[in-house]
Amino acid sequence: MEHSHNTHDSHAHAPEPYKYAAHHSEEEGKKTRRMIWNMFWVLLAITTVEVTLGLFWRKLEISWAAVKMTFIILTVAKAYFIVAYYMHLKHERKALKNTIIIPFVLFALYLLYHIFTEGVYSEMMDKWFF
Amino acid sequence: MSNTATMDSKTAWGGNNESPYGASYGKLMMWFFLISDALSFTGFLSAYGFYRHYYGSLWPSAENVFTHFPFMHGNHPLLYVALMTFILIMSSVTMVLAVEAGHRMDKKGVTIWLGWTLLGGAIFLGSQAWEWYHFIHGTELGAIELGRGTFALPNGTVEHTYGVIARWADDSKQVLLLPWREIAGDITSPYIQLTGQALTEAVANGKEIYGANLTHNEYGHPLFGDFFFFITGFHGTHVFSGVVINFIVFINVIMGTYQKRGYYEMVEKVGLYWHFVDLVWVFVFTFFYLV
Repeated sequence: MEHSHNTHDSHAHAPEPYKYAAHHSEEEGKKTRRMIWNMFWVLLAITTVEVTLGLFWRKLEISWAAVKMTFIILTVAKAYFIVAYYMHLKHERKALKNTIIIPFVLFALYLLYHIFTEGVYSEMMDKWFF
Repeated sequence: MSNTATMDSKTAWGGNNESPYGASYGKLMMWFFLISDALSFTGFLSAYGFYRHYYGSLWPSAENVFTHFPFMHGNHPLLYVALMTFILIMSSVTMVLAVEAGHRMDKKGVTIWLGWTLLGGAIFLGSQAWEWYHFIHGTELGAIELGRGTFALPNGTVEHTYGVIARWADDSKQVLLLPWREIAGDITSPYIQLTGQALTEAVANGKEIYGANLTHNEYGHPLFGDFFFFITGFHGTHVFSGVVINFIVFINVIMGTYQKRGYYEMVEKVGLYWHFVDLVWVFVFTFFYLV
């Protein structure tokens, strides 16, 4: 974490900045902005690929299963870029990263596991209804 | 107790009043809230995925449902939702630029970028309302919701027709397309074409429906409508509250609250929420509109 405080006159009389509040200099800002716009192009490119694939996959003679897997992989990639860079998680402490990622991934997998295994009961329900 | 007397804020919890996460309380709690919220959406979307595959071709394909584009006639599948996605990603970019400006104590920068974020959020909400309007309103052609009965598949098995949505092949209303549940995930599964006597019977026993609500859906299985209203509605509620919170922070930025405070961490916190809303949409876009 960067704790370098800048020296704007505008808040010279302000109280000492909170120690967890991040500040950065003009040059660091420039670098951050470059990263933000680079990420924007990455996200835009992924979305464009997804939409193009969604519209033209039949003409490309790829199997639907392959297209679906591509969508899921691209989506997870997009999610990674948003969380890591825009939500700044990549540059947080390891303890914070683990606290956020591990419980979510575990619970999400648990949920998916139950949906795929217990899902067989829907077939039975269907027979009871008709 | 003697312990409590020595327990001041500096030595609280034996951590010397330091966060092991190197993050403030507010930011940490925002992250924890987002995890639980993310799990809600995981639940919705995995339930959606299950039924989408379970019902096979009874499930409408989103590219046949969302085909409108404002001020343009004809068939434009996915185009409008792609634009909405772009707008939301763009507002995420302006939000992270506002956070960056806040780190430099650049009040003007924060105001401008947060303003663009508000605009992006408002446009997205309007787009969603427009999308809902078209989904509820439906097409002029409508569809036939079949009544009780059975039909034989080419392989000899007998399927029930009750509640199945048969769509017209074209504007002439001479051919009805009757879908049946195919192998999970096969969206290219065939239809039975109803013509002549079978068509007349199907129309007489069934009922014409236009558009969608919670119990009927002219595009296919009614659960599709339920999931659509519920998931995009829940996401839209998040966008709406995000816009409201962003607006409050925007007013504070203009009034110089954070400038006086010496840091713009509040922008960072609402930024986290706003990126999360964008993140959820990335998944909704894939699982609802693409897959």
